[in-house]
Amino acid sequence: MSDTLSKIEKRTAYILILPAVFLVFSIILFPIFANVWISFKEVGLKDIRIPEPRAKKIVKSIKDNPDQLKVIYKLRNSSLILEIRDVKLQDKLPKNIKPINLDERCRVKSNKIYCDFGNWEAKYKENFQILLKSSDGKQINKKELKTIKPKLTGKSDNILLNTNFTLKNFKKVFFQNEFFDLLSTTFYYTFFGTIGSIVFGILTAQLVNQKFFGRTFMRSVLLFPYVGPVVALAYTWELLLDPYSGTLNNLLMNFQVIQEPLNLLGQKYLTINFFGFDLKLRLALTTVIIFEIWRYFPLAFLFILARLQAVPKELYEAAEVDGAGPLQKFISITLPQITAVISILFMIRFIWNFNKFEDIFLLTGGASGTRTLPINVYEQGFTISDIGMGSAVSIVIVALLLLFMFVYFKLIGKRADEN
Amino acid sequence: MKTKNLIYYALISSIFLFSLVSIWKILVTLQGVELKNFNFEIIITLGITISLLNLIIGEKLNYLIKSTLFAFIFTFVDGYIVQVMPVWYNIGIFAILIFFTLKINKYSQKYLASEHSSQIVIFDFLTLFGIVLFSFVILFPFYMMLITSFKTQAALLINPLDFSINFKQDFKELFKSYFVIFDTYKFGRYILISTFVSVGTVIVTLLFAIPAAYAVARLNFFGKNFLSTSILIIYMFPAIVLVIPLYTVFSQLGLRNSVGGLLIVYTATTLPVAIYMLQGYFKSIPKELEEAAIMDKLNWFGIIIKIILPLSIPAISSVALYVFMIAWNEFLFSLMFLDNPNSFTLSRAIQYLSGDAETPRQYLMAGSVIVTIPVLLIFVYFEKYLVSGLTAGSVKG
Repeated sequence: MSDTLSKIEKRTAYILILPAVFLVFSIILFPIFANVWISFKEVGLKDIRIPEPRAKKIVKSIKDNPDQLKVIYKLRNSSLILEIRDVKLQDKLPKNIKPINLDERCRVKSNKIYCDFGNWEAKYKENFQILLKSSDGKQINKKELKTIKPKLTGKSDNILLNTNFTLKNFKKVFFQNEFFDLLSTTFYYTFFGTIGSIVFGILTAQLVNQKFFGRTFMRSVLLFPYVGPVVALAYTWELLLDPYSGTLNNLLMNFQVIQEPLNLLGQKYLTINFFGFDLKLRLALTTVIIFEIWRYFPLAFLFILARLQAVPKELYEAAEVDGAGPLQKFISITLPQITAVISILFMIRFIWNFNKFEDIFLLTGGASGTRTLPINVYEQGFTISDIGMGSAVSIVIVALLLLFMFVYFKLIGKRADEN
Repeated sequence: MKTKNLIYYALISSIFLFSLVSIWKILVTLQGVELKNFNFEIIITLGITISLLNLIIGEKLNYLIKSTLFAFIFTFVDGYIVQVMPVWYNIGIFAILIFFTLKINKYSQKYLASEHSSQIVIFDFLTLFGIVLFSFVILFPFYMMLITSFKTQAALLINPLDFSINFKQDFKELFKSYFVIFDTYKFGRYILISTFVSVGTVIVTLLFAIPAAYAVARLNFFGKNFLSTSILIIYMFPAIVLVIPLYTVFSQLGLRNSVGGLLIVYTATTLPVAIYMLQGYFKSIPKELEEAAIMDKLNWFGIIIKIILPLSIPAISSVALYVFMIAWNEFLFSLMFLDNPNSFTLSRAIQYLSGDAETPRQYLMAGSVIVTIPVLLIFVYFEKYLVSGLTAGSVKG
């Protein structure tokens, strides 16, 4: 009895999860495998369209013969590169109408015309004609003839489905794509963005964990950058930072902080004289990282605040009795309590920053030294129109992420064992 | 009283005062008032003087009289001797000074004599400083977004720092950018599309996620543990990796440029979070209720509809709000999939608008205000639900 019950339970469970699993599989997991497949192919953006046989039907009356009509099919292969095999056309005729002098590729069977055109090479074009004659002497209804659409079928290679594989894309990724430049930019962006957002998260969480007037208001304000739409925020920043009409530069010049406007998003390097040394700062990259920190520190803030609020008050009271100052309390009580949260946050933010596309794309479009790997995926795939290459870059991203996760869990796992 | 504590107190309080006054000056400058200098030395000197006087006077004077006196002196020096400023500027300075002097009132000579007082003073002021600075840094871009949408390109060319809004002008003139983007750029349509996609995503996601979350939370089946860990792993997977395959497949299936295609992708990407958040909540519902229902010969469908759903309205609504916000803010897929202006979402429409270098920036900002306001309103209104959910599931971003 209980056996059948558990069987029913199992079956129900599968029914309940099936729709969700199916959707996630087809939209998230399948594309990841498809990516591997595409990355080994030479595919351009224009190759994606499956070649189709097309026909435009034109009906013309013949001057001297009112009971005859001419039908012209403008036939063409939609693809510029691939051939279509076994093209077949099928068209219906109204009753009592017969074709005369029919092309030898076609035949008529119970009011239908069937044509076999064989193979069409790429760019194929033909104006195909049929003469129609009414068999009962009545005038042919032109409109009726026009509304019947011809059906065309044909077989063609889908470039995505054939099995021609190549390693070309990966060679290009590593040797012709300034790969190490890309990698180091991505790494700077990810690392400093992550560290910055965590540091500011700790600071703000520490702030809001105290009692002051307007604390709940402060908490919602701190989350604004995180919940606001990225498009709106990125464009607002772009306007603020514009070298000529931007508010920031105008303010700084107004208060004589700087003499010349700074092109914060459009200049690759800024040379700073630091005690006689010329330091080269990656200006646009730094600006983008600051935007990144501004937008994502709220996540760290929320996690750390939740943890801080769970720290027992007695710990702090005991420390106060022992005569510890605020700094000592922070170092010896607060920090150990939040290390676990921070290590999780570091991983989450590192992975997400590593894949961040929208923010950089909207702010600089990847120009002036801010080209990261995700930006490169977009550029290769859609600007240069090399889908295979874009896929290869994204495979590299996945591989690097897996490597990161592996190393990270090894380190964290060891730490956990030691404790 | 230790000299070290005294120096820390005087310095840090006056730096705090300086930052308050500077932020006020920036805001005033943006109203078109000509102000060229922060007067660092003067403000710091005044701040140190006031802090020290505060210690010397101590409790000999009522604290309100003391505050008013300090505020009056400062305002007089800053607003009439150093430079002559409009009255409203001085009122602001006066209010800042009242706030500041009330804050430093708690420090006395006796207080500064104790061991850790310098650390406490620094922490106190860092807290205040942090509150002011973070609020400013976060709210400033939002503030600029809003006021730029009320200006005109021509006015900003004449004086790029004058963001004062003339409220005397005609209502139509004031909201001109909004009228233009609705009339010329069809923003009404984009709002509808965005709303449709976001609400659609919420509904479909919930339809798929509630049964799945229930199964994960309650039923025993082969592969359950695998499923619940893979939910988290899938959640970590980057969208940029999905873009190219989805683009090619959707192109071949004719799903690009269709709102339906977008809806499918949004649903799939939000499902893992939704399932994860819901199953956590379902687990907290007492099992006895369902056992009673099984006795009553209710099937699983009946259990979900009659018992689980009514009990988990708060969790479901917080998931719904999240999914709505994610779908509303989404940009990457709408950029990839939509290139026909007739099927743009709001985010995509704003990006398209900015692609034309001729577009005046107030239109761009008006569009940004329109796309930002709904999420911020939802967020502020339902903050309680959302914050507890955020830490549990965390919005992807």
